Amino acid sequence: MAEQQATPGGGAKTKKFMFVNRKAPYGTIYALESLEVVLIAATFDQDVSLVFIDDGVYELTRGQQTKDIGIKNFSPSYRALEGYDVEKLYVDRHSLEQRGLGEKDLLVPVKVLDTEAMAELMEQQDVVLSF
Amino acid sequence: MLHIVNKSPFQSSALESCLRLAKDGSALLLIEDGVYAATAASATEARIRQACARLKVYALRPDMDARGVAAKVAEGVTLIDYAGFVDLAAEHPTSQSWL
Repeated sequence: MAEQQATPGGGAKTKKFMFVNRKAPYGTIYALESLEVVLIAATFDQDVSLVFIDDGVYELTRGQQTKDIGIKNFSPSYRALEGYDVEKLYVDRHSLEQRGLGEKDLLVPVKVLDTEAMAELMEQQDVVLSF
Repeated sequence: MLHIVNKSPFQSSALESCLRLAKDGSALLLIEDGVYAATAASATEARIRQACARLKVYALRPDMDARGVAAKVAEGVTLIDYAGFVDLAAEHPTSQSWL
């Protein structure tokens, strides 16, 4: 019923959206802003993928406790993404290893990709948004 | 002199410039995203270990807690709280923030 509604340009086709996250969570506002735009995109029933490269992998570290820096801990929101049908989370293996991290240090299930697979995934997207 | 680094070592050359120019016996305080440099098993751990041999190296615990890395602090790095930060600033006549 609503499938033709609110689609400027008349295109009701689902697009592949990729959000590229490359910043650590609290030093800048990028990580939080990305998360908010991801939730908006998910509301419009798009095919959403999140990738975490470079310092972006730090967004997903387990055990974040922000009480003493006076900033809201938004890391639990990554766990809630599943409820919005955002289930494609990819992490760059090179970035993880460079930071001494492994999958066990992350707070959500992700797919860890080698450089070639990550490059290929980026190539397949209709829209890429960088944070 | 007190040197303060608040940028991730993977995103900025702030830490490298600081280590190049800090004289032996100075203090280095890592805050905000700068604390990632002091995490064990990371590519920067060796740099911090070298630094510990000639500088007093501190990291701000609230920033490590926020980022989930307090349990991974590299050997030789002293964790301090905000009161400790104030003490360091008071002890050193000058400080340089590597923004």
